[in-house]
Amino acid sequence: MEVCGGQTHAIMRHGIDQLLPPAISLIHGPGCPVCVTPLEILDRGLALAALPGLTLTTFGDMLRVPGSREDLMSMRSRGADVRVVDSPLAALQLARAMPDREVVFLAVGFETTTPASALVVKQAAAEGLTNFSLLCAHVLVPPAMAAIMAEPDNRVQGFLAAGHVCTITGWALYEELSEQYQVPIVPTGFEPVDILDGILHVIQRLEGDDPGVENRYQRVVKRDGNIVARTVVEDVFTVCDRPWRGIGTIVASGLRLRDRWGAFDAERKFDVGGIRPEESTQCLSGEILQGRRCPLDCPAFGVECTPANPLGATMVSSEGACAAYWEHARPRGKEGAR
Amino acid sequence: MSSDPDVRRFSCPAPRLDHDTIQLAHGAGGRLSNDLIEQVILPRFSSPELDCLEDQAVVELPPGRVAVSTDTFVVAPIFFPGGDIGDLAVNGTVNDVAMSGARPLVMTVGLVLEEGLPLADLVRVLDSMARAADRADVRVVTGDTKVVPRGACDRLFINTTGLGVVPDGVSLRATALEPGDAVLISGTLADHGMAVMTQRDGLSFAGDIASDTAALHGLIAELVSACSEVRALRDPTRGGLATTLNEFAAASGVGILIDEPALPVRPNVRGACELLGIDPLHVANEGKLVAVVSNREAERALKVLQNHDLGREAVQIGTVRGDHPGMVVMRTTLGAERIIAMPVGDILPRIC
Amino acid sequence: MCLAIPGKILERTTDHGLPMGLLDLAGARVKICLSLTPEAQVGDYVIIHAGFALQVLDEDEARATMVELERLAAASDPDPGPTL
Repeated sequence: MEVCGGQTHAIMRHGIDQLLPPAISLIHGPGCPVCVTPLEILDRGLALAALPGLTLTTFGDMLRVPGSREDLMSMRSRGADVRVVDSPLAALQLARAMPDREVVFLAVGFETTTPASALVVKQAAAEGLTNFSLLCAHVLVPPAMAAIMAEPDNRVQGFLAAGHVCTITGWALYEELSEQYQVPIVPTGFEPVDILDGILHVIQRLEGDDPGVENRYQRVVKRDGNIVARTVVEDVFTVCDRPWRGIGTIVASGLRLRDRWGAFDAERKFDVGGIRPEESTQCLSGEILQGRRCPLDCPAFGVECTPANPLGATMVSSEGACAAYWEHARPRGKEGAR
Repeated sequence: MSSDPDVRRFSCPAPRLDHDTIQLAHGAGGRLSNDLIEQVILPRFSSPELDCLEDQAVVELPPGRVAVSTDTFVVAPIFFPGGDIGDLAVNGTVNDVAMSGARPLVMTVGLVLEEGLPLADLVRVLDSMARAADRADVRVVTGDTKVVPRGACDRLFINTTGLGVVPDGVSLRATALEPGDAVLISGTLADHGMAVMTQRDGLSFAGDIASDTAALHGLIAELVSACSEVRALRDPTRGGLATTLNEFAAASGVGILIDEPALPVRPNVRGACELLGIDPLHVANEGKLVAVVSNREAERALKVLQNHDLGREAVQIGTVRGDHPGMVVMRTTLGAERIIAMPVGDILPRIC
Repeated sequence: MCLAIPGKILERTTDHGLPMGLLDLAGARVKICLSLTPEAQVGDYVIIHAGFALQVLDEDEARATMVELERLAAASDPDPGPTL
């Protein structure tokens, strides 16, 4: 399994899955923070965007993800102040520039992105800003990997660990998981050669009956990762349980702001009333995210559910498995399925 | 007060005529409108037809089939490295007309200005349009100006219509592609879209990617006169190369195969695309054309393009085939094949 | 997740007290926060994500990886096609 959606994207984009021998199959994991952002948090973000005097900032990835009733892009077209940023620092800059408006940053992402969110909260505090807050939807990768391995019908025999998550976390923390389930875990990069190399080393370890952790992204992944980043994350956030959209609650798999940073927590700061998330009944995102079903198995794929009218997050996110299949692996007309 | 106030009859106080921002009155048809036309617009676009200041232009076109195209330009920001909305408006319409093989001759300009637009900005845009029209050898023959209240448009919108005449014997159509044809691009991809994207608020760029906006009529004239088997031309603007190729494939009911290593992208543009997670195939180009020519003429067509300033980096990127009709496929750097779909909507920067 | 790409630090500055860098991405220039990589120097390559540098690229490791990958590519493909 490759956990990271960015690696799924790279695999599909370069056609790596087509080049592999049939004995090797890649199962695409739930490593798309956009796809797994809990529906409740997205709905809360939508509700916040509707508040007058509030600017909701977000990464572009989240703009078209369907909430229970609509998405951020359609809210923007109806007049909500929703702005795309490529960094939480840009959201902070907006807060500085618009002291009369509340600026909320929708903080999604795995461990790669959490240090940025943490740093921005500390910086907001240091500058004495009172109009900036985070709506925190951060999730953690290792608990998801453990949850997948713990499933009785799990088929995963080895992992390509998410290379950029590992630049922050390091790889030492995977040793326990590898030992417990006897699976090779190989931190891997994102270039096609990196991915092929990662797969090769997983296979070699499987064939040599030598599970364990092997770092193949040595140029940026160190054993203990980035200590400065981990420290700032530890200062600002604490671990909590988190429902993963389409999958269910995974214990200790999310982050929330510590109480002492409560002034920057949009969930505590704003009352948007009761949020009642309602998922599409047709959407198979959850099964797909866990590697149990393939997008082509879904009856709605390409019919009711397309990138223009997505039923679930996996069709919207550029690294969602369904979007990747739509973009790169749709059966070709008269040629039939590949 | 009469129902048709004539600004010129007001005795006092005379309305100010020396504003430095656009007022609603500038679009109202009265004194300020006239002043704007006579002092700002006419000096830049003088043509026999425009100077008459009639409600319409009566134009004599050479005989032949008339190609006409209209477009509205709403880009934001209006100024970006390599050009501005004015350049886009003229070059864009010249190109749309020229893609038929026609020689663009005349154009119309409709302006929608936002109340409060600095006059200096309008002047800068009009100067760009005048220069671009001059370079493209087209005359602006008629126009219109409206002013809308603050907030009703984003600074300014420009609508243009261009007309040209298609030479006898020239017939370029997206339905004309045949298996075996060569697919050529006149230069590097994604320059314009990334030039504009990197200027947007909320992104970290120190912007030095320049738009490629240019009028391609001269390049096209040379190509069409040297090669008789040019099937179709199109400029891959909104939606990028992916959209244009899919349109061609669908129109002709053929498949198109392109070769990823052959796609020309400047390193800094590729760097910006990678940082924002954007596919260069989805990004707008404003000074490039896709040409589909018969296999027989591919080499000659390339030479003609490469001999021209606007086609120096022209290259063959793929071929037309009978397989997978209506679909565009790309052979990746690894040798695998994947489908190239049209982008769904606006390209959005992403972190994932 | 995690689009992160390497860029080279051209100069260091500060912004509201935060250490910042002007980075070069094959010719494109971006402003990136260096708070998470305090050890990064002008001339270093760093991995960039969401406006921050996450890690300094280890050039020795990068070189070693490239050598090994090239060896792998040559060994597995007797007739090298388009470059990887």
